[in-house]
Amino acid sequence: MEILDRDGLNHLVDSLLATGHRVIGPTVRDSAIVLDELSGGAQLPDGWGVEVAPGSYRLRRREDMAVFAHSAGPQSWKQFVHPARRKLWQTDRDGEYVPAEEDRTPLAFLGVRGCDLAALGILGQVLGDGPRPLVIAANCTEPGGLCFCSSMGTGPAAGPGYDLVLTELLDPHRFLVEVGTPRGARALLPVPRRSARGPEVASARSQVASATGRMGRVMPEVDLRTLLRDSSAAQRWNDVAQRCLTCGNCTMVCPTCFCTSTEDVTDLTGQHAERWQHWVSCFEIDFSHLHGGSVRTSAASRYRQWLTHKLSSWYDQFGSSGCVGCGRCIGWCPVGIDITEEAAALAAERSGSDARA
Amino acid sequence: MGTPSLAVWKFTSCDGCQLTLLDCEDELLALAGAVRIARFTEASSTVIQGPYDVSLVEGSVTTPEELTRIQRVREQSKILVTIGACATAGGIQALREFSDIAEYQSLVYASPQHVETLATSTPISAHVPVDYELRGCPIDRRQLLEVLTAFLAGRKPNLPDTSVCTECKRRGLTCVMVADGIPCLGPVTHTGCGALCPAHNRGCFGCFGPMNQPNITALVDQLRACGLDERAIDRAFRTFNATAPEFRR
Ligand code: SF4
Ligand code: SF4
Ligand code: SF4
Ligand code: SF4
Ligand code: SF4
Repeated sequence: MEILDRDGLNHLVDSLLATGHRVIGPTVRDSAIVLDELSGGAQLPDGWGVEVAPGSYRLRRREDMAVFAHSAGPQSWKQFVHPARRKLWQTDRDGEYVPAEEDRTPLAFLGVRGCDLAALGILGQVLGDGPRPLVIAANCTEPGGLCFCSSMGTGPAAGPGYDLVLTELLDPHRFLVEVGTPRGARALLPVPRRSARGPEVASARSQVASATGRMGRVMPEVDLRTLLRDSSAAQRWNDVAQRCLTCGNCTMVCPTCFCTSTEDVTDLTGQHAERWQHWVSCFEIDFSHLHGGSVRTSAASRYRQWLTHKLSSWYDQFGSSGCVGCGRCIGWCPVGIDITEEAAALAAERSGSDARA
Repeated sequence: MGTPSLAVWKFTSCDGCQLTLLDCEDELLALAGAVRIARFTEASSTVIQGPYDVSLVEGSVTTPEELTRIQRVREQSKILVTIGACATAGGIQALREFSDIAEYQSLVYASPQHVETLATSTPISAHVPVDYELRGCPIDRRQLLEVLTAFLAGRKPNLPDTSVCTECKRRGLTCVMVADGIPCLGPVTHTGCGALCPAHNRGCFGCFGPMNQPNITALVDQLRACGLDERAIDRAFRTFNATAPEFRR
């Protein structure tokens, strides 16, 4: 185990850029800490934090210069491995099928938290194998008011799948770095660093461990998979449908929601056609459009689809939960609908009806 | 099929949506090659007689004369596309329905007795069947091209009817309501503009009108939480689509 100082982190970014990576990491833009392509470590959000609540996100200055002490922003890493909109192929009237060119620049993700690392794993499983980005994870030492990764078993310590993992330490500002793969070790090679001392390792470990108790949200301690499976007729769906705008924000910000649709575009000459793919949401009425119309027209049925897929039928499809506990859907829902509160209400309704039975 | 003909019609409106056609600068040449622009008085006074393959209709119906003229337009048009908030919902001029039209007239015109007008401003679809609707004040030029290229290729145009939020998120914008507390009608407003206003750090003011099945009640609660009072909320919905049934207050 070794220690990088703040300059060392910049070194790491520079050497990834020098070896031809597109480096993606957190940076401040438009009142939020967003994920974007970095041209240097100076763009990282030193000293910025966030205050989050259902339907509310506020950037704030921190007392310290921490880089990774902020919970999930308006975007996830999904957009870089599964773009919101992309061309699939094109063709000309007399021509052939031409697949769209893909950007093959290797990606390096900097500052991926445990929840999001798990989400990348889930997304990889759903989408199939693509080129794997280099992942520099960040163990979570400061969960936010909407986090519940410990309920979902994805954090606060980043699980397997990282190439390197950092734990941020303050006073003085430095990062404990641990190597996960030979690829990670190679990335670290040119970066100045020193061996970690025992108390530094202990402090890093205890801060990550105590983060479990500092999360703003918890999921009810029931088997969510069976709860949702057995709740299809719950009253709660009508209650949440009164509040839900069916705007689709929750699925768009969710790091694992993968649904897309395609559309064909043609030009005015009639000689050229393209097929494009873009994200869609199960909250859109058209999403369930089959022959003769849409299947899920009520808001209740669409909210039920989302929650049931996330927490239950995802297991049948992909062998895990579709929720990693990042809290984005709570913060970025314009009316602050809270997945943990809805799950708790369903659990209460279920135990009430079990008691009556 | 020979070169299809295109006609542009104006009812009560400001011409902004028609001008979107001229705004398609890069595509105008290709457009002129693909369709015969048979009637477009904003651009040329030459009018070729109908029938027409595609009619773009701008504006709402606000006079007795327009009531009969829209019937003639429909009769001459294979495909009728209404363009803009006026034609699809009645437009800003539908605000007359919230006050006394005679009073307006006497304030605006020197000799109101010569003005013949209806008490309502109604969308084209209230009078004749409409094939496609392009929302917005003004319409989005990419959507206009989408309808025309789809017609030329014989396919259905891609005109989704969900929220502005879906486009806002696909563009990777930060939500202005969540991150800045700015009131935004995006969650109840019909998509199609590419989330133009949030991209400029402003809330959507609903110029594309209601999306399919909006939950207005839930958004109104949120607008109150953003600090809008009842009057401000009424005003937020009483703009270009004030008489769209879902937005009417
Ligand atoms: S469902 Fe919500 S909390 Fe769970 S992973 Fe998706 S956005 Fe995060
Ligand atoms: S919750 Fe909805 S949008 Fe997300 S993956 Fe499932 S069906 Fe798709
Ligand atoms: S739960 Fe919230 S974000 Fe999701 S569709 Fe409903 S209102 Fe929109
Ligand atoms: S800024 Fe407006 S349109 Fe964009 S996500 Fe937020 S509420 Fe929706
Ligand atoms: S964001 Fe709203 S007000 Fe702005 S152009 Fe789009 S629909 Fe119109």
